[in-house]
Amino acid sequence: MLLNASGCLDALTAPEVARSLDGFVTKTITPEPREGNPPVRIAETDAGMLNSIGLANPGRERFLAETLPSLRELGVPLWVSVGGFSAVEYAETCAALEDVEAIELNLSCPNVDEAPESAAAIVSACRAATSLPLYAKLSPSAWDIAEAARAVEAAGADGLSLVNTLRGLALDERTLRPKLGRGAGGYSGSALKPVALAAVYACSTAVLIPIVGMGGVQSGLDALELIAAGASAVALGTILFSDPNAPARIRSELAAEAAARDFGHPLAARGAAHSSLQMGVSCFDNGAEKSLETGVK
Amino acid sequence: MRRERRRVTGTEQVGPYTLLRVDAGGLDAGVPGQFFMLEAPGRPLPRPMSVCLAAAGELAFLIDPIGPGTRALCSLERGEELHVLGPLGNGFELEVERPLLVGGGIGIAPLPFLSQRLGNPPAILGFRTDWHAEAAALVPNAEVCVEPTYVTELLPDDAGDVLACGPEPMLAALRERVPHAQLAWEAPMACGYGACYGCAVEIDGELKRLCVEGPVLRAA
Repeated sequence: MLLNASGCLDALTAPEVARSLDGFVTKTITPEPREGNPPVRIAETDAGMLNSIGLANPGRERFLAETLPSLRELGVPLWVSVGGFSAVEYAETCAALEDVEAIELNLSCPNVDEAPESAAAIVSACRAATSLPLYAKLSPSAWDIAEAARAVEAAGADGLSLVNTLRGLALDERTLRPKLGRGAGGYSGSALKPVALAAVYACSTAVLIPIVGMGGVQSGLDALELIAAGASAVALGTILFSDPNAPARIRSELAAEAAARDFGHPLAARGAAHSSLQMGVSCFDNGAEKSLETGVK
Repeated sequence: MRRERRRVTGTEQVGPYTLLRVDAGGLDAGVPGQFFMLEAPGRPLPRPMSVCLAAAGELAFLIDPIGPGTRALCSLERGEELHVLGPLGNGFELEVERPLLVGGGIGIAPLPFLSQRLGNPPAILGFRTDWHAEAAALVPNAEVCVEPTYVTELLPDDAGDVLACGPEPMLAALRERVPHAQLAWEAPMACGYGACYGCAVEIDGELKRLCVEGPVLRAA
């Protein structure tokens, strides 16, 4: 299953790209509208890019009244990314959502100040507010991400999204001043892949809930590696910026890479990176995954 | 919005700039002021470039080699290939009565194509040095100034329908003088098609995504 990473696609300006995915994840919605951070908001680096968008979004009210109805017309399963500055704010948005595929809780935006509550407290408040599937998006900066994963699982998360960007800084080669208006930003792109692999690898043996793996995926082989590390689905981020045709290409590359290793289906490779560990059973409501054998091929 | 792998048909030096010619293949040149995302070989992100010339099955882009991406693009040689996505964004409104083109520096990039579509109207171009001003040869009927003279000093009182592209201070000064000018803005972009929200610029107190709401905006 291929998704976009939140904030890496606007389905309303590029509907054909959204339709080439198995689900569309919205930009993070906050209770109040946000213009986002001042320009400059993106900067390229040698092996990726930095962004400092700062959760620009129309706010919950306009999202529900205008954006969500337009998104529904696309016919693509919708994942709504929810953000906030307190557990109550997250929970209120969750309570207002219905009839979407899943909610992804953005617990880790590097470009805004964090909510004071812990990730687990936010998940717990949201769990009480909605029966929709809740995915907790965690930061790869945590020293022990498996511990964070166990905490959100215990708080009622139905899945994990791994990983968000890392904080990074780029300087202008002439002025030696930060390229981004806000200084540091979120680092994404191919440099993030080993970080994402490590997080998925660690969390997949720590929890039973499914994992959407993301971080630096540029090819079908990258996607297969995340699945081998324990992901049940893969999201595309930075690659969508340079190649809007990436979903179709990566989907076919993924099938070919899996077949070349004698996996009947890409998800049959799930957990292959773990030499002798049993993987948790995927909880995705998806035929291909229900039939998936756990364990190592 | 199409993305195709296209072949470089040639490059030319124009002062400090490089004119990169690409076989257009099935790509539509679009409207002057629209742009394409050009793959910058070896770099993670493509670069937005407006069409400078569109003729005879070719698209040409005028590029200032100021960073790793633009340097990579300027180093391309005939026969090499790159991914090209476009045309993107909103170009100039061509239904104008008395067009006057105004360009500054590398901002003249879309003006040769625009001039061709409008029947070679008068133009005022400003450059930093005589070397940069060699690019003025691409625009017919152009009056040229070099710093410390600025284009606004050559602008007639009754300027007509101004269509302009150039550095932000130039566009801001033009906006003061010609409230209804069509101005092509610039910002770093990761995607060019509305996905990244990186190209938002503040115009009249509002952040606008230049790739989908611009890059040509009419001054308020």
